[in-house]
Amino acid sequence: MIDNLITALGAEFVQLSLTPIVIGILGAVACALPGNFLLLRRQALIGDAISHVVLPGIVAAFLVTGTITAVPMMIGAGGAAIVAVILIEIVKRLGRVEPGAAMGLVFTTLFAAGVLFLEMTDTSSVHIDVQHALLGNLESLIWFDAEGWQSLLDPVALATLPPQLPRLAVVLLAIVLFITLFWKELKISTFDAAFAEAIGIRTRVLGFALVVVTAIAAVAAFDAVGSIIVIAMFVCPPAAARLMTNQLGRQIGWSVAFAVISAVLGYVFAGYGPGWFGSPYAVSAAGMIATISGIILLLACLFGPQRKRTGQRAEA
Amino acid sequence: MSFLDYFISALFLQAGYNSALVAVGAGLLGLAGGGAGAFIFLRKRALVSDAISHATLPGVGIAFMLMVAFGGDGRWLPGLIIGSAISSGIGLLMVEWITRQTRLTEDAAIGAVLSVFFGLGIVLLTIIQTMSSGRQAGLENFLLGSTAGMLISEATTIAIAGALATAFVFMLRRPMTLVAFDPEYAATTGINVRHIDLAMMGLALIVTVIGLKIVGLILIVALLIIPPVTARFWTNQVGPMIGIAAAIGGLSGYIGAVLSAAVASLPTGPIIVLVAFGFFVISALFSPLRGGLASALRHWRFQRRVHRRQGLLALARREPIYDGFTLRILRQSGMIRRDGVATLRGKTASQKAARDEARWAMARRILPDDSAIERYDGLTPIEDMMTPDQIDEIDRVISEQSGAPA
Repeated sequence: MIDNLITALGAEFVQLSLTPIVIGILGAVACALPGNFLLLRRQALIGDAISHVVLPGIVAAFLVTGTITAVPMMIGAGGAAIVAVILIEIVKRLGRVEPGAAMGLVFTTLFAAGVLFLEMTDTSSVHIDVQHALLGNLESLIWFDAEGWQSLLDPVALATLPPQLPRLAVVLLAIVLFITLFWKELKISTFDAAFAEAIGIRTRVLGFALVVVTAIAAVAAFDAVGSIIVIAMFVCPPAAARLMTNQLGRQIGWSVAFAVISAVLGYVFAGYGPGWFGSPYAVSAAGMIATISGIILLLACLFGPQRKRTGQRAEA
Repeated sequence: MSFLDYFISALFLQAGYNSALVAVGAGLLGLAGGGAGAFIFLRKRALVSDAISHATLPGVGIAFMLMVAFGGDGRWLPGLIIGSAISSGIGLLMVEWITRQTRLTEDAAIGAVLSVFFGLGIVLLTIIQTMSSGRQAGLENFLLGSTAGMLISEATTIAIAGALATAFVFMLRRPMTLVAFDPEYAATTGINVRHIDLAMMGLALIVTVIGLKIVGLILIVALLIIPPVTARFWTNQVGPMIGIAAAIGGLSGYIGAVLSAAVASLPTGPIIVLVAFGFFVISALFSPLRGGLASALRHWRFQRRVHRRQGLLALARREPIYDGFTLRILRQSGMIRRDGVATLRGKTASQKAARDEARWAMARRILPDDSAIERYDGLTPIEDMMTPDQIDEIDRVISEQSGAPA
């Protein structure tokens, strides 16, 4: 048993599984953090809308630049997210419809346009397709040059880390910084927008900034882990955390913990789980991470100490 | 045969039995989607259908695996439809359960259900890819829809189911309208609101599962959302709105399917969605009721009237006018000459405007409770809003106060 564990965590683990797990954790936490505020502001589905428009964004970037390098892709996706948010606002005002319908109209249209452009242009030579955008390629983000745990101290090997890892780390740092710097403003404007306005917080600007941060998180994470995890991590860990506590700080702590657990367990089950049932194949890690986050949310719905609304009687 | 020829022949169902059946099926699907979507839109629960559609995927996977396990063809459409209906039904009940039992709001429940069910579905699809090689091909098509290589039996299934769903919408339209507008009142008339809500979502579910093959589960929600939003531009009444939504949905499905049949490489789902969006853009711009063009025109007319009025009042008071727009309007309507001096017509009009302004000012003092005062927009001549008797009375008070005969 111990031997198994040591081989399981040996050189092969560092090479094949360490980087995907770390990237999964970084992506999950980067999405869960802004997700807490979106959840409390009843904007949970903004994450859904944004992750759908990432596809047209990268397709547009590809059509303009003709290459699939990371930077134009991320700019395209980020731009598409901002365009989508503005379009949603326009449809909401013009049609005087509820935000949900406006969102549904905009993101399905943009997604459809993205698929259409993808089908009409010759992208067969490059690796860009709908499935990739949905599922990511977490399993393929391996660290070729790693020879074992000692490689973590080897600058030559470290230079060959998948680029998604440092990128996500920087984005996560930026998100943590944003939330720490504007902690008071975010908290007040989330719980009492009118009061926040009265004491001089520019709630609209802050709200837009939150959406931009969300878009950045979605765009950085989707490249590595795909849209499904992005949507799941925006909603599930914060929602489960909301059922655990009444304090924002603790809620964020819980959500980070849930995100990390989902990422680690999801990856492990996807990679090693089928082996326990005698199947040599792995299943989709992205799908499994989303599934685990759903199971955590289900448990929180059943047993979370703060699962009821204030004043709602607990059922016997 | 050129694209246009083919498109036109396909539009009139002359391009072969199979594509005609697909087009009719897509049209019926759109009809049912627009009709059912209208009620969901009025109930403000448009995105619940997004959770429903994403929740179909595990059902598709499990149904496929079961049918293969029992030695059948895993791609048999009715089986996949039943499987997807069961799993999206569970998804729908989960959304309801989370919203009712916990403090989480509906949007959080929607996001959670759609992402988790979709993730689970993807896990199942990757399992299917590793079993029984070769036969799994095609399940990915449920993500974005595909009509290429569709069997006649499948097209018939979709067409029949679409017609049935349309019939259900028609049958349930009265209780659904009541619940959409006033759930409390509906409850007092003895309607079980929760059941009707579930029926409404059940219709969305039917549209979703029969649309999986043509439109795909990511975009099917567009057929439930875009037509009602578009229809809302054209009418303020429920009945017509549902009819228009159904018509737009039907046309989008039909035209989209025909277009995608005419250009073989185009995927059907996205085309249908973009056709529907085309209807939305046209409506948002040109609808006389709430369209962008109509309201821009209204705004422009109002602006002209305000500038004209203010210009005339300035003329009457012999004040200089500096505003370029005001000067242009006065010049165009022949009120002033090029050098800014009032013409005879301008003098008459400006005196009339000044008298009107004075009458309104007096009316506000002596008839403060008159309904015309409340409705006055600052522009309408007083003759249009008050009776001659009232105006005579106003003139009498004005002349008394200024000490001169009227």
